[in-house]
Formats: sequence, structure tokens, C-alpha cells
Amino acid sequence: MTVTTEAVSRPPWSRLGARTGRGRTGGKPAPWAWAAPAILLLLTIHYLAIAAGAWYAFTDWSGASPRASFIGLANFRHILQDHTARTALTNTLELTVCFVVAVNVLGLLLALGTRRTLKTRNLIRSLFFAPAVLSPLAVSYIWQFIFDYNGPLNFILRMAGMGSQQRAWLGSPSWALWTVLVVLVWQFAGLAMIFYLAGLQSIPDELEEASAVDGATPFYHFRRVTLPLLAPALTVSFTFTLLLGLRIFDQIIALTGGGPVNATETLATQVYKQTWVYGRFGYGAALALVLSLLVAILAFAQLAVLRLRERGG
Amino acid sequence: MGLFRYSWRTFLREMLLLALAALWWLPFYILTTTSVKPSSEGFTSPFQLPGHPDLGIYAQAWQGSGNGSLGQALESSLIITIGSVMALIALGSSAAYVVARRGGRPGNVVYLLFVLGIILPYQLGIVPLYAAFRRLGLVGNYAGMVLLYTGLLMPLTVFLYTGFVRALPRDYEEAAQVDGAGHGRIFFRVVFPLLRPVTGTVAILTGLIIWNDFFLPLVFLSGTAYITLPVAVYSFVGEYGAQWNLIFAAVAISILPVLGFFLLAQRQLIRSFGGGIKG
Repeated sequence: MTVTTEAVSRPPWSRLGARTGRGRTGGKPAPWAWAAPAILLLLTIHYLAIAAGAWYAFTDWSGASPRASFIGLANFRHILQDHTARTALTNTLELTVCFVVAVNVLGLLLALGTRRTLKTRNLIRSLFFAPAVLSPLAVSYIWQFIFDYNGPLNFILRMAGMGSQQRAWLGSPSWALWTVLVVLVWQFAGLAMIFYLAGLQSIPDELEEASAVDGATPFYHFRRVTLPLLAPALTVSFTFTLLLGLRIFDQIIALTGGGPVNATETLATQVYKQTWVYGRFGYGAALALVLSLLVAILAFAQLAVLRLRERGG
Repeated sequence: MGLFRYSWRTFLREMLLLALAALWWLPFYILTTTSVKPSSEGFTSPFQLPGHPDLGIYAQAWQGSGNGSLGQALESSLIITIGSVMALIALGSSAAYVVARRGGRPGNVVYLLFVLGIILPYQLGIVPLYAAFRRLGLVGNYAGMVLLYTGLLMPLTVFLYTGFVRALPRDYEEAAQVDGAGHGRIFFRVVFPLLRPVTGTVAILTGLIIWNDFFLPLVFLSGTAYITLPVAVYSFVGEYGAQWNLIFAAVAISILPVLGFFLLAQRQLIRSFGGGIKG
């Protein structure tokens, strides 16, 4: 198991970029017909389907009635009054914020820790990154066993003389959401590490040597030199993990199914249940629209803030 | 400069990180050992190596649940993933070539529509897509899944390819044009071979997304003989409840293909995630 440092470098072509763009016309360009299948798929499977989905959010369409009739904002009023939907919204936000912060802090620490000098750095990176490429559903079942009341975690607590701390981690309304968070952070910390390692690669070693000569402490160097130069990697990692957090679904289904008493219900699981289990297509579409707007608003807001920091330093 | 020398502090850091990495892999240790232990031992001595490993459990798990065998699910996952990735590479690379080389206003508008498609939340469109696909006979079969994934992941594919083509010098194409080669010949003989690095990135990223996806096959394939591995594992757990050795054998079988691929191609994989998404 080895991962070399040059592995995350950019393709050699990227340097040539700026100079070769438009402006030179060497004969006729390729015909639009070549792009037609991709554009057609884009327009139907993305734009048309999403527009239709948004329309259904304002209807009472259900599995029982073949026709959908317009009912205005009734679905959204229902969402505001529905206790389950409100719980799902707050759970999604709490889980996402904690996930994004935890996974990025840990990922950055791992990237800095395995950046260089270590003899086994490639092995360590691979071990941390591996969970990120596996099926979230499948790995969650391992954790369901670990968190079982009779499972390995409580076994360790008993051995350590902390038997009073034993609990059904996923069965407790106050602990279940944080237990899910552990699984998420475990799976994706290595992914954030990879984003930050890619960013660290573009920072020359000489900067650190210069700081050392000037007598700056490592922490000062990190705050004033490394972190600002890591801004693009920060943007990528935060945006990616934000989208991951807001859409969380597989892990919940495998670990808790949304329970106990809705304690781990998220918007994505509610969209699924309302639509496909209860057959309330209109209401499910309204929930999906809320999730979509949340994703769009938060993603754009975060991008705007991070880009501003990238420029302003 | 002695700044990056291997000191005793470096050694401490290395040991600490190795210990943490071992802890990170503890779930995989538990997965493999528990799968070959008798059901009762999994709870009583979770960290012990199995006394008499029972590999027969894997044969039993391979039979799958009432919803089909794991072998059948593996076949479905392979067909759907390979079919979609090939369609994405064929349609995505040619589309990106046109978008990047045409440039100008139309090229930029089309490019922007694709990029926006990456961020747009596709979940909202699933119900209308399901209704349309059912009418067209595309629910519950391979063709429908391949079409669905090709459409849904086209924005990411075109985005990755376009960025790469834009940075590619035109000299080779122009030389081929002077030699009298047509568009088809130029693309297949000159451009596509040059795209190989980004084709690898596209194949890895979209392939992993499709292979691991649980939601879409759950909605579009449930109840058919064509369910993919994640859905098969899901119904397996539903059927065998708390028989952890059996469940873990199924989970291990389902993650083995990707884990094996990871061990073989981790350099390329890490490059894809590190550089690919950066765009």
C-alpha cells in the first residue's frame, strides 16, 4: 500500500491553459451535433425533471389519485406544522454543521501530520482514505454492530470499568444523532485529508524554511502562511462535505432507519419515506424542494464567503 | 536545512498516526473476524480471533436473500456501472470537445448549463423521472438505470472533460486538419488519446458514485431480479435480522470488489479525488 506525493499533482497540460483558449480559428470547429445527446440528456433528466418536480410540490398528487391538482402552498404549510418534518430539518442542520466542522478539522490535521518526513506516510494516508470509497450503506452495518448494546463499544467500556456509561447508542433519542455523526466522520475524514494534501502540494517548502529563519513559531507560520495558501482546498473541501452532509441518507437507513422517535430523521430520509413509502408524491416533492433550496442557498452562501476570503486573505 | 530531518519527535508523530490509523481500521478487523465466528461469539468476545473460523458462512451469504443471490447483484452492479461509465465517456468527451473548441457565447452558455447541473439537486426530479420512465418501460431494467446515471452524471463528466480540453494545445488538431483529416478522425485519433488522464478520472469518480449508490436502485429496481449490491445487502439485512456472522459475510463480499480495486489503483484514485474535483 503506497501513495506517492506526486500522486495528487495536476496534469502537465494545465500549465498551458491560459495561452491556448479562444482566438485562433484553424478551420471549422467540430459540429454541435456531437454534443446533442449530452445536451438532450442534460435538458430532460436535469432541467425538465427538476421543473416538473417543483411543480408537483404545489399539488396533492398521491399514489392513490392518478391526477395531480394544484393546491397552492398547502404542502408547505403542512411542513411547517408537521412535527416530524421540523425535527428532520433541525436534525439535518445540526448534523451537517457538526459534520462539516469535525471532518474538516480532522482532515486538515491528518494532512498536516502526514505531509512529509514520515517513513510510512503513504500507508497511513491510504488507511485513512480507504473508507471514503466504500459503500456508505455497507460500512454503516459494521457500525450498527459496534454500537449494539451487547456490542464491542460497550464491551470496551465494561473492561475499562466504565460499565455505567454503557447504553444502546443508536437506540437512545439523545445519543443516536451523535452516534451517526461518528460514523460519518470516520468514513469521510480521509477524503478531506486528500483535498488538503492536494492543496499543501502547491505550497513550496522554502516558505517554511524562510519562516524558521525569521524565528516564527510553527503555529504562527501555519496561521499566517499555510492557512491562507490553503484557501482553495478549503473551499473545495467545505463545499463537498456540506453537500454530503445535507443529503445524508444511506447511513441513516442502515443505522437507525430514522429512529428512535424521529431522533435521526433527516430531510433526505423524510423525502424518501413520504414519497416512496407513504405514496404522498406532492408532499414528498414539497419536502424535496425545501431540501433543494437549502442545498442551493447554503452552498452558494458558503462559496461566496470562502471565495471572498480566498481573495481578501 | 535541517528542518525536515527525522527526529525523535517525528518518530513520536509517526507512532501516534500509525496507532490512530490502526484504530481507524478496527471496524474492518471486527467485520472479518465476526463474519467467521459462530453467531454467539460475536458479542461475548468481540475482539478475539475466531477459534474455529467457519468460511462456509460466505457460501451461505453468497446465496443471498429471497430477493436474489449476491452473485446476481454483483452482475447487475457490474453491468449498470460499466454501461453507464462507457456512455458517459463517449457522450461526455465528444460534447466537451465541441463546447471547449467552439467557445464563444453559445459554448459558454452550454458550459454554464452543465456546471449548474452539478449543483442542482437531482432529488427533486426523481418522482417525475420515475413516472416518465415507467410509461416508457424503463423501470426495473438495466437500460433505464444506464440512461438515468448517464443523464445524472453528465454535468460532472462534461465539466471535467471541458476543463481538460481547454488546457490542451490545438497544434495537433490543426496539423491533422492540414493533413486533410475530418472531424471524426481528428477526435478519435488525435484528441481522445490525449484525454486519457481525464478519462481515467471520469471513470473512477463516476464509477464509484454509481457502484456505491443505494437510493436510485432502491427506487427504480426494488422487487426485480436486477437489484444492485447495496440494495441486495439492504434486503439481506432485512431478512437475516441479527445473524451478524451472515450479515457481515454479505457486507464483506459487497465491499471486497472496491477495496480490491482501491489496493490496486490507489495512486490513480487519490489523484482523481485530489485533482479531479478541484477542476
